[in-house]
Amino acid sequence: MKESVKKPVIAVGPFHPLQEEMEFFQLTVDGEIVTDIDVRISYNHRGIEKISESLQYDQIPFLVSRICGICSASHPLAYVQAVEDIAGITPPDRALYVRVLINELERIHSHLLWVGLAGHFIGYDTVFMWAWKYREPVLDLLEEITGNRNNYGNVKVGGCREDIPNEIKPKILKELDEIEKKTEMLTKAVLDDPVLHARLKGVGRLTKEDAIKYAVVGPTARASGVAIDVRADDPYAAYSDLDWKVITQPEGDVFAKAVVRLLETLEAIKLVKQAVKKLPDGPVAIEVKEIPPGEGCGRAEAPRGETFHYVRSDGGNRPVRHKVRAPSYVNVPSFKASCIGEHIADVTITLAAVDPCYSCTERIAAVDSRSNVVMDYNKLLKLSRNKTEQMKKEML
Amino acid sequence: MNQEELNKKLEQISDKLIAVERPLEDRVFLLCESENSYQLNKFLFEDVPLRFVVATGIDAEDCFEVLYHYSYDQTGCIVTLRAFIRDREKPAIESISPFLPGAEWIEREMHDILGIEFKNHPDMRRLILADDWPEGVYPLRKSSS
Amino acid sequence: MSWKISALKKSPWVFHVNTGACNNCDIEIVNLLTPKFDVERFGIKLVGSPRHADALLVTGVVTQQAAPRLQEVYRQTAKPCVVFVIGACACDKGIFTTGYHVVGPVDKIIKEVDPNAIIAYVPGCPPKPEAIISGVVKALSTL
Repeated sequence: MKESVKKPVIAVGPFHPLQEEMEFFQLTVDGEIVTDIDVRISYNHRGIEKISESLQYDQIPFLVSRICGICSASHPLAYVQAVEDIAGITPPDRALYVRVLINELERIHSHLLWVGLAGHFIGYDTVFMWAWKYREPVLDLLEEITGNRNNYGNVKVGGCREDIPNEIKPKILKELDEIEKKTEMLTKAVLDDPVLHARLKGVGRLTKEDAIKYAVVGPTARASGVAIDVRADDPYAAYSDLDWKVITQPEGDVFAKAVVRLLETLEAIKLVKQAVKKLPDGPVAIEVKEIPPGEGCGRAEAPRGETFHYVRSDGGNRPVRHKVRAPSYVNVPSFKASCIGEHIADVTITLAAVDPCYSCTERIAAVDSRSNVVMDYNKLLKLSRNKTEQMKKEML
Repeated sequence: MNQEELNKKLEQISDKLIAVERPLEDRVFLLCESENSYQLNKFLFEDVPLRFVVATGIDAEDCFEVLYHYSYDQTGCIVTLRAFIRDREKPAIESISPFLPGAEWIEREMHDILGIEFKNHPDMRRLILADDWPEGVYPLRKSSS
Repeated sequence: MSWKISALKKSPWVFHVNTGACNNCDIEIVNLLTPKFDVERFGIKLVGSPRHADALLVTGVVTQQAAPRLQEVYRQTAKPCVVFVIGACACDKGIFTTGYHVVGPVDKIIKEVDPNAIIAYVPGCPPKPEAIISGVVKALSTL
């Protein structure tokens, strides 16, 4: 037993097919209530900041795009904006609109991915299949526009690497109409379902005070009433030219986080349509000869929240220092505030509600402090799904 | 507060700063010695107040630097406190986690990759390097290949 | 051994391991289950434990922390098994070759435990779901 507590990943039977990451959240429980949680994130540490110091400025977007597969547009954008700050560059208008287009398309498929996973965690597998089916047209569009379903490689210092052909604009609008219909249907289904209300309301609540103390960002913050969104607060690309709103909810529980993400998906669809219709003509990049000495901070609103990059230059070809902060870095620790005191059947959905950018988080295991029994991910998932079943039976 | 009011508020601590740099209207860098970092961070987080974003540790050859990045969301201004740690042999600085739990992880990370000690940190354990990573090897130091 | 391997060709049960990946390959693997690709019609099933698996789908560069865990998963997997190395990172560390915390690639780590391991490579960044299915089916048909 001692051996299994020391190295629970082995005794526990590690990874579930639907939770892609090598995650390690170690929960301590007392019976059925979570009393403590620890997180170990070294499984995914690849030393990216050091690699950056050996790459040239225009090679780095390819590196940082692969920090996290599903924020793969936001990281390069935040990075190039930091460098553009140092060099005092403003990309041409067309580039700013293309940047909005790609980033919002990413937000759509990222949020739909989340909806699917959340559905799976609580036993709504139809939602999972459905949401992931409706992601596909977005990925296909991105492949047509940029050449890849993820890791688009579309930004560089000074603008975009490639233009988008005007001929594709009608197709984008047509696909989005379809996706909008489906998202609206899904949103309505979630908002109207009494079982979901009962299952998710009041669960995994993060208070506004804790949201500020833990410095959380993105939907995790906005669902706790903290109205921050980099697109509005420190506008970049073409966001200040477009008509959209920041979505917040006050309750801070899992239900609120689901509502925020669904409504944001609809806003993102609105944004892409506007970006397509208003796309200005002109070049999509300006030439950049060199980066002078200096330091710059760039940020972008990734699907999970603010992505922040700091770059220091000494006038050479490579950065002296490149700091990357993904949104999950601040969101995941807030799990301490939202999960302690919760029932063990709610642990998987509370964690998922933070939408950890899985490439910096680890798997979940719970150890009962009295009996030393270890519950692995499969058991915790089962508890979660059983709870929903139970509720359904009682309500219907 | 608008940007002008924010600038005025930041003047309250100017006696504790070495210098103020403003490369852009909404990007402010406050330079200070590491001895004043705790007080200045407390002022920025609690009195202004600003939102903590992250901290960056840098091996700057003749010293170490810890940059604390804050955001003022009402105007989109990023305020960075740049603290200089002059002692290269045993770099150390006061931890700000006691009043800012959001800084716990990043201080552990800077300890892992740069070997900076964060005094009075509530939970200084390895964060991002493997269990069997050798002690005393700090990958982000310039001397590390 | 060969009758056991040919038994693998029908309905391989696969177990997915992430050894330090950005998640793109992992999401594409999970995509295999979804209606558009629907890998279950080939009898390929994603299982929850390596002990039930005929094949491993491994993603990621193999970080120093993940290496011993990967080796442990390989040991626990029922033999014979095929190790499918999915994505540029897993095949040859991709863009993270010089990372100080990267000890892979996957084949090197697996071969430390079993020099005769059967390994198949599906490159891409990430490989599309069609490429993964094609790679898995192709590799199994050559056994």
